[in-house]
Amino acid sequence: MLETFNFRVIIEYLPQFLLGLLATTWISLISFMWALFIGALACMGRLSHLRILNVTAGIFIEAIRSTPLLAQLYFFYFGLPSLGLRLSEYQTGILALSLNSGAYMAEILRAGVQSIDYGQIEAGMTSGLDYFQRLRYIILPQAIGATIPPLLGQTIVLVKDSALLSLISVFELTRAGQLMNSERFMPAEGFFTTALFYLLMYHILKTFSSWWRKKLIFRPAM
Amino acid sequence: MWLYYFNNLVASFPFFLKGVWTTVIVSLLSLVGGTILGFCIGIGRNSRIRVLRYSLAIYVDFMRGTPFLVQIFIVFFIFPEWGIQLEAFQAAVFSLTLYAGAYISEIVAGGISTISPGQTEAAMSGGLNWFQRLWFVIMPQALRPILPPLVGQYVLLIKDSSVISVIGLTDVTRVGWLTVQRIPEGLMVFGLVGILYFSICYPLIRLSNWFEKRLTIEKWTV
Repeated sequence: MLETFNFRVIIEYLPQFLLGLLATTWISLISFMWALFIGALACMGRLSHLRILNVTAGIFIEAIRSTPLLAQLYFFYFGLPSLGLRLSEYQTGILALSLNSGAYMAEILRAGVQSIDYGQIEAGMTSGLDYFQRLRYIILPQAIGATIPPLLGQTIVLVKDSALLSLISVFELTRAGQLMNSERFMPAEGFFTTALFYLLMYHILKTFSSWWRKKLIFRPAM
Repeated sequence: MWLYYFNNLVASFPFFLKGVWTTVIVSLLSLVGGTILGFCIGIGRNSRIRVLRYSLAIYVDFMRGTPFLVQIFIVFFIFPEWGIQLEAFQAAVFSLTLYAGAYISEIVAGGISTISPGQTEAAMSGGLNWFQRLWFVIMPQALRPILPPLVGQYVLLIKDSSVISVIGLTDVTRVGWLTVQRIPEGLMVFGLVGILYFSICYPLIRLSNWFEKRLTIEKWTV
């Protein structure tokens, strides 16, 4: 198997793969930030006492979580133009990825917030802190530490899910492998190189996640 | 115009049901296969044989670190090069099984590791052999932490099965993709696709939550 592996072609295509890696990193980074923002909003909605906000956030989260990302991607890709919204493939892809990851992150954040004893919030109230002060000084400092590992886990999922963007002709890592397959008929070289780069990103994120987990143990507040 | 398309969509509803059938069959087959594979690997990962443990860890790492899209491309495009001819259906079930097996093995291995070693030692001194220890002592206890995330993993599997549409299998997503070429109302068509996935996945999500509530043991406090 390895003796038929053509490393010369891989080196020839390496610039394409590096460009793909850059695009995947970039797309994931932007989507991650949007997802965190959407997730925080949806989480606040889910925990709100206002019924409308609560129900809307709940419907959003459940709808996203029980349908596949590919269907959501096509929903925006084929659906938005008929609403008169013309987004580029990149924008559509980032929109779908952010909304998808946002719903999962909302649940992670909610679990983090709910892990805090309600007495803490009551204590904040009696000290005269308003909603944002309670969030800033009491809830978030405690919730963030424990939510970082699952958030990184979701980020790994996000990076891998960004591969689906290649199906709406966004150039990224998987697309580079497909290019090698269609131009040179070398699926093995193309897709294993793609896989290798994904594994690289996966291991960086995983190492960071376990490093953080170890760090957590020594925090007296936990 | 909108109503015309809507009527068209209603007329092609049987086509969508065929897609649901494909999705269900592929998911079900790979769900059974993935569960069996996952339990075997999960048990193997707690084995005392170091070579077995490491090689399984590499396998699981590869499956978890690369996107399913890349894996299905590897199975569909590269296996024929090695002389293994698979039809789209077989390739889909095969790759989904391998993929699900890796994730399920993590759940199983995690579940087994929650059982205290004292249990195994007690079973050993009771004269039970390896299989009896596993079947009568470890598994009945480990099933409690395994079951809720296992059902959650089934939901992920059904959603990830949408990716098999790229190798030409007419599952729900593919039906939506084909329909949107005729009925250019992406929101409507993929809205329907979403509803169909939702009606499969949402009950399972509820089941997982119910399991979690029923089966979680309250932690012993000292």
